Amino acid sequence: MLTMNNIGKVFTTDVVQTHALRDFSLQVNEGDFLAVTGTSGSGKTTFLNVAGLLETFDSGQYTLDGQDIQGLNDRARSQLRNEKIGFIFQSFNLIPDLNLFDNVDVPLRYRGFNASQRKERIINSLERVGLGKRLKHLPSQLSGGQQQRVAIARALAGSPRFLLADEPTGNLDSDMAKSVMALLQEINQSGTTIIMVTHDKTLAEQAQRQIIVRDGKVCDSTGPITRPESVSATNV
Amino acid sequence: MFKYYVQLALSSIMRSKVHSLLTMLTIALGIGACTITLTLVSSMSANPISHKSEQLFRVQLDNWDPNQAAISPDLPPEFVTWTDANNIVNAKQAKRQSASAITWGMVNPTEQGLTPFLALMRVTSKDFFPMFDVPFIYGAGWDESAEQNNDYVVVLSKETNQRVFNGVNSVGKTLTMLGATFTVVGVLDDWHMSPKFYDMSYGAFSAPEDIYLPLGLKAVFELPHGGITSCWKPIESQRYDAFLHSECINFQLWVELEDGEQKAQFNQYLTNYVTQQKTLGRFPRPLNNRLLDVTQWLEYKQVVKQDIQVMFWLSVMFLLVCLINAASLLSAKLHTKHSEIGLRRALGANFSQIILQYSVEIVFIGLCGGILGVLLAIFGLQGVASLYAGYGQLIELDLTVVTSVIALAVVGTIIAGLIPVYSACRPAPAMQIKQ
Repeated sequence: MLTMNNIGKVFTTDVVQTHALRDFSLQVNEGDFLAVTGTSGSGKTTFLNVAGLLETFDSGQYTLDGQDIQGLNDRARSQLRNEKIGFIFQSFNLIPDLNLFDNVDVPLRYRGFNASQRKERIINSLERVGLGKRLKHLPSQLSGGQQQRVAIARALAGSPRFLLADEPTGNLDSDMAKSVMALLQEINQSGTTIIMVTHDKTLAEQAQRQIIVRDGKVCDSTGPITRPESVSATNV
Repeated sequence: MFKYYVQLALSSIMRSKVHSLLTMLTIALGIGACTITLTLVSSMSANPISHKSEQLFRVQLDNWDPNQAAISPDLPPEFVTWTDANNIVNAKQAKRQSASAITWGMVNPTEQGLTPFLALMRVTSKDFFPMFDVPFIYGAGWDESAEQNNDYVVVLSKETNQRVFNGVNSVGKTLTMLGATFTVVGVLDDWHMSPKFYDMSYGAFSAPEDIYLPLGLKAVFELPHGGITSCWKPIESQRYDAFLHSECINFQLWVELEDGEQKAQFNQYLTNYVTQQKTLGRFPRPLNNRLLDVTQWLEYKQVVKQDIQVMFWLSVMFLLVCLINAASLLSAKLHTKHSEIGLRRALGANFSQIILQYSVEIVFIGLCGGILGVLLAIFGLQGVASLYAGYGQLIELDLTVVTSVIALAVVGTIIAGLIPVYSACRPAPAMQIKQ
């Protein structure tokens, strides 16, 4: 379970302070497929980055699977990110010099799996996204849709509890977008919690739940939205 | 995990071969130049007898002109007269004492069927050999009786023994030289003190002599005065013994004293000796005896000249410039890795894992640069040796110098190379992925 309570995040430059998140509160339950929509600059990507421990927050409380995130050091945050969260980025973010096998291998290396465990997981996850026969291909030899599938395979290889997707179909044509969306739904049905940021209302409607972010706050929701009433320190 | 980092490092280096090679060459140039200079400076400034350098003392007595010091402002001459050399050696007031001078003469190895040759010789006292730890391959130096009786005995250098006796044990064999027959009592092993602190008349790095014979034979055979000869007073006649009994200086005088007490006693002896000589009309200047140990003597003689020291600092600066250039090249390369670093962090790598990963690549480049640099240094030193023949034996790659310079290069490369990695790791991963 992912719980955010009154999270605040401010970006400060020499001339301006931007409140990217203000009193942002949300609860995401096990197995949810949550779509986060909102206009550009509304704070939805910041929310995703905070949720994925890629960004710190300034105020409020955030617990991930019962663990209070505030105060964790770099090593603990990295470990938590590695074990519990998978990422899918709009621009795929594959390492261009590594082949598909080695790209999917990256998070598993930091997890400490041995060689045979890694190999099994890599092959399984690439097969799951339909790229089991292209292990030695470089990302540049694949289409955009296939690259995003590799990114999904990389995110899934470590069996994360949460899959965070930032505009996963943003760089894809509609056919490829549909196929990626179908893959995400299949992954969700197998028990992985998915939080997807998207501009595309059609895609958002395919999620179990939707929230709309405006000015750094959850301003509207569809589906069984749950707002946390309180987060107890005993959850830590 | 380390194996993974090595794989990543090798693959990264292979992907940017030209860039990596340029970085390595930049480091190699700096290391090569620095190693060559450091090796020269280290060899020149080394104390060749450090284990007993505090027990060996150069004796200086001021027998010079009352109106003008031998060496400005008020230093005694570096050499002593024949009279003082013999008096002090024969007085045996130190644990060991040795007076010596360079000379030369013809060797006629007719018995061996060889053509005559001119040999560089050293007349010296028997204590010369044990004092300076001179190694023997056969036999030993001459004894007290041979010294007192001016026996015709010689010690040969290894090269001379090879030349005359084909390298076999020649102890007991005879050698015709200076128009007389000498008996070989010892053959030296390889011996080349560098710097040749006991006698720098022909330069601090000159070759050792071919033949050694007792000091008294200088007078017997009226051997020429090699090295530096200085006089402040006219010699009374052209006769050879007039020179020997003049105030002309030509002899190196060294003593071995075991501790401070012996040194104090010997100093007192020198004071008494000079005072006694003053009563004979010698030593017109105020008392000005000096005892310098080997380290002090090398410093006094400025064996490492100032221009070489300047060259040393220039080479260190050149190495630093090369390291800074290598760091710039590494920085440019690692700058392109910011988004990969962000991605790896997003996928679970912590700060120290990222630092370790890139350290392996940087250390590898630094080490390769270092090894290339040492190869350059070897070629460079061979070039220096061929240009300056006298420095041939002096120029040997010093392991301490090599390891120090490589360590400096690796540490410098790591520090310089990790700055961009560190700065790439500082922002939140989200920012990096955006880049």
